[in-house]
Amino acid sequence: MINLSHIEKIYHGPSGPIHALKDISLHINKGEIFGIIGLSGAGKSTLVRCINLLERPTKGKVIIDGKDITAFSDTELRNARKEIGMIFQHFNLLSSATVFDNVAFPLQLSHKSKDDITRRVNELLKMVGLENKADQYPSQLSGGQKQRVGIARALASNPKILLCDEATSALDPQTTKSILQLIREINKQLHLTVVVITHEMQVIKEICDKVAVIDKGIIAEEGDVLNVFINPQQSITKEFISVLLSNDLPVDFRNINISPEPVPEGILLMRLTFIGETANDPIISNLVKKFNVSADLFFGSLDDIKGAPFGRLIIGMEGTQEDIAAAMDYLQEQKVKVEVIGYVSRHVSTHQ
Amino acid sequence: MSADMFPLISKALGETVYMVTVSMLISSVLGIPLGVLLHTTSKGQILECIPLNRIIGGIVNAIRSIPFIILMVAIIPLTRLIVGSAIGTTAAMVPLVLASIPFISRQVETSLREIPYGIVEAAQSMGATPLQIIRKVFLPEAMPNIVAQLTTVIISLIGESAMAGAIGGGGLGDLAIRYGYQRFRPDIMIATVIVLIVMVQAVQFIGNLLAKKLDKR
Repeated sequence: MINLSHIEKIYHGPSGPIHALKDISLHINKGEIFGIIGLSGAGKSTLVRCINLLERPTKGKVIIDGKDITAFSDTELRNARKEIGMIFQHFNLLSSATVFDNVAFPLQLSHKSKDDITRRVNELLKMVGLENKADQYPSQLSGGQKQRVGIARALASNPKILLCDEATSALDPQTTKSILQLIREINKQLHLTVVVITHEMQVIKEICDKVAVIDKGIIAEEGDVLNVFINPQQSITKEFISVLLSNDLPVDFRNINISPEPVPEGILLMRLTFIGETANDPIISNLVKKFNVSADLFFGSLDDIKGAPFGRLIIGMEGTQEDIAAAMDYLQEQKVKVEVIGYVSRHVSTHQ
Repeated sequence: MSADMFPLISKALGETVYMVTVSMLISSVLGIPLGVLLHTTSKGQILECIPLNRIIGGIVNAIRSIPFIILMVAIIPLTRLIVGSAIGTTAAMVPLVLASIPFISRQVETSLREIPYGIVEAAQSMGATPLQIIRKVFLPEAMPNIVAQLTTVIISLIGESAMAGAIGGGGLGDLAIRYGYQRFRPDIMIATVIVLIVMVQAVQFIGNLLAKKLDKR
């Protein structure tokens, strides 16, 4: 659906050229919600603006539905843009126009008839839950309502793609959730391809199928959201994830000696990550039944990533080296990710 | 107070209103598009064209730096060419229009510059042409500001129209000078000043009201 091929963007600033995007290639499939996450200044906003050529890449091609839009004439590009809706962090609504007229704006640009416009706008306002706000002005709306107007406007000309540029960054967590839910609904209902730009891993976790992590103008890491969450490769990715899923040990273990070698009377601390179905299986109790080990639970959390259960535990295992090794093999067979933290003395752990 | 005062003032008021209204209309028709051009051809804007922007900007600055009283006499040949005479109310409108166009265009430019670029970007993302952006984004969004700015222009036109009296343009200024000053008629002087004050107040009041009504921010 969207193919970015070797995109480069160089700005000419007062202190010399700034290389905002360096050889970025991305493939986004039809119907997918694709997240691009990065810190401010990483180039994510520039990248999303390259998709509808609000920013023209210095080098590279933007191919949408098989057509290279970088080669389009102005008129062709304007028509292509009608197939790509966009919503913004600061909504960018016309302050002088009512909600109705804001949503009608793209339809007026295409010279649709008055009846068509009225019908379509009412349909869209209903879809975003603002049918009773048609005659109000943006200044009378809350942030979440403004973004709903933005979404209705972006969908007015039946686009195939929706670009979301930090669409929830100016909203409170509650409103963010409802807007994300709306985006997910329209993605399903309209089979829309959605590109989401954000600096919040929460947003990626809630709605995205795939994620690309952008750092200093390059794609540092890319893949299925679940895989990236479980097996982050780059430190920047780990940092983003750690905001959501803390990798800190429980308080009691923070100031004690954790040894990589077995200690007398020691237990082995490990972090277990369960995904999907395994998160619901009684793996720990099976473990204790099947193997000659004991397992103390020190920390546990259950989360979900786009609807898939995602559990994390820290357990302390006690047993002979052989039994522990066999138990760990069993866990891995059950598709549980096992990370060994180290040995602590049993004495310490029981004096919590 | 004397009997001749009322007809004198009402005639002069009529001339002033005529000069200001017609000059304002003509200079708006020319000055607003010029202001739009000044803004839209500047760096990073939808019709970016730096050389054109510099040329228009330069001309606008040049005219604006000439004091009105000098502009008035300096362009007498031009006035004569356009209206066939350099004296009279209609003739006075040529310098008034010429002085107001650059004033209006700078004011409009300032109003447009205050519109967040994001709104323009949103319109572009929906496939709007530059002309559509000007008509449906820039002008309606800036309208409250433009109205407020044009109010200022009208008020300064009232002041300049009084100066135009010096080249036989008629109007309240002319009346105040010829009767109030040269014929020692303080009653006419005072009456003229009062009429001018009321006029300016009324214009400002209506301008504020209109700008406020248009402002939905």
